[in-house]
Amino acid sequence: MDDLYRDEILEHYRQPHNFGTLDAPDAVYEGNNPLCGDRITMMLSVGADGTVHDVAFSGRGCAISQASASLLTDEVKGRPLSDVEALTNQDILDLLGIDISPARLKCALLSLDTLHHALRDRAAASAAPAGDQAGAGDQAAGAPA
Amino acid sequence: MAAVNHHSPLDPDVIRRDFPIFERDFGGRRLAYLDSAATALKPRAVIEAVDAYNSRYSANVHRGIYTIGEEATAAYEGAREKVARFLGAPDSREIIFVRNATEAINLVAYAWGRRNIGRADTILLTELEHHANLVPWQLLAQEKDADLEFVPFDAEGHLIMDSWEVLLRTRPRLVAFTHKSNGLGTLLPARQMVQQAHDVGALVLVDGAQAVPHLPVDVADIGADFYVFSGHKVLGPTGSGALWARAEILEAMPPFMSGGEMISSVHLRHTTFNDIPHKFEAGTPDVAAAIGLGAAVDYLAAIGMERVAEHEEALTAYALEMLPREVPGIRIHGPRTAAERAGIVTFTLPEAHPHDIATLLDREAVAIRAGHHCTQPLHERLALPATGRASFSVYSGRDDIDRLAAGLRGVQRIFGGPA
Repeated sequence: MDDLYRDEILEHYRQPHNFGTLDAPDAVYEGNNPLCGDRITMMLSVGADGTVHDVAFSGRGCAISQASASLLTDEVKGRPLSDVEALTNQDILDLLGIDISPARLKCALLSLDTLHHALRDRAAASAAPAGDQAGAGDQAAGAPA
Repeated sequence: MAAVNHHSPLDPDVIRRDFPIFERDFGGRRLAYLDSAATALKPRAVIEAVDAYNSRYSANVHRGIYTIGEEATAAYEGAREKVARFLGAPDSREIIFVRNATEAINLVAYAWGRRNIGRADTILLTELEHHANLVPWQLLAQEKDADLEFVPFDAEGHLIMDSWEVLLRTRPRLVAFTHKSNGLGTLLPARQMVQQAHDVGALVLVDGAQAVPHLPVDVADIGADFYVFSGHKVLGPTGSGALWARAEILEAMPPFMSGGEMISSVHLRHTTFNDIPHKFEAGTPDVAAAIGLGAAVDYLAAIGMERVAEHEEALTAYALEMLPREVPGIRIHGPRTAAERAGIVTFTLPEAHPHDIATLLDREAVAIRAGHHCTQPLHERLALPATGRASFSVYSGRDDIDRLAAGLRGVQRIFGGPA
């Protein structure tokens, strides 16, 4: 009857997975949808092997936005960053497993958008000129992003 | 049009027969439309007036020396007269047709504001305002280096009149406020506030978008200098609305948009402008929408706005009494009594976000609004990211409110059930 609000979605809304914060995240971003007040902060720890070592989200908002964040954090744990970066909007919708009306799409996609922002910010921070960094190759390489 | 007894309360079942949308089947149900504050449904009389223009005399206005041109002009200007009478405006030249209240306010901000607001001038608004009566003044204030001040509201959604009186001492150039809050339904004491604003030398713009559809409005009595409303909220077509302003103010104002229609004589390097109201109606107007608005105004005038107001107050009273009883834990925001807030019931449920509520209610063919209703500052003040809003019109009935309550109970069952 209520596919959109099937038990799994409500479960993730009431007892979201990976809800909270990380002490020393490698990537963090606070996304929000000012139109409705949905807010999600994503935090990631990235292991030396380039995989998502740990992930947490906090926030408030509608069931769709929070459930989507909860499902997404489960999905990315242990995955290589490249996989996470490649996640698409459709992947989120598949995770939720329901038909989302255009009006509610932003709610569903906020978590992925926030996650991608976090990774982008982290990538931009690493690309900033810092010649002494370990593993550096060509110091003259490229203009700053 | 349905038979109307001027002495009896409105019967929504009878009124609904005038609105074709209620014939549509929504999963076996009739639409319970509770978002009239966003836009109103359209009666057959309005739809047919628009169709008649488009089918039988769809000429441009003020131009054609042929039959349908004259008919179109007569209908368009006739609609202007109807709106003037409906608003109690002394002179139909004071009615400018615009697309909506937002455009009306922008017209004043551009054409009056840029000429009359200067550095360090104060524009006094309230914290209840819809973005339409906020953002244009922000842009004007930024451009002119003028100051904005805001009258706050209390926990029940009433303006804090002590603060209002203190803020008047800043001697604002312009005071702009909503006649009735679209966020909480609060009715402001417009007449009194206009008087007080005039006493300190301010001009006053009143946003009547939520007032004109729901209670009798007499602009001459209220005494403001500018009064705006949206036609699509008064059962008129989308694309209709009007600005009323005093003739002497309009005559002194430079144009807003320019081009054809609003001119008198045009030369290569200089142009003289038309008289009011046409000075402010550049280009071909939305003739169909204006004619439709005229029909809408006729429809409401035949019912009588006093009866409309009584009807909505009674519905609001019903909702305020019944919802807390039927929907445990519901929080209703805004003034306590129906008389102070007719027609709008803004609420939250502890269990579920308004978006989720609205989506679930949609399943039951109940339409409410969820979000911040174009009043982000108001919601920030209430510390609520979003609210649900049910709003009424002539076609709304107790059955709609009953369906809202049942739907909200359903939401509570889904969200509040055992983990």
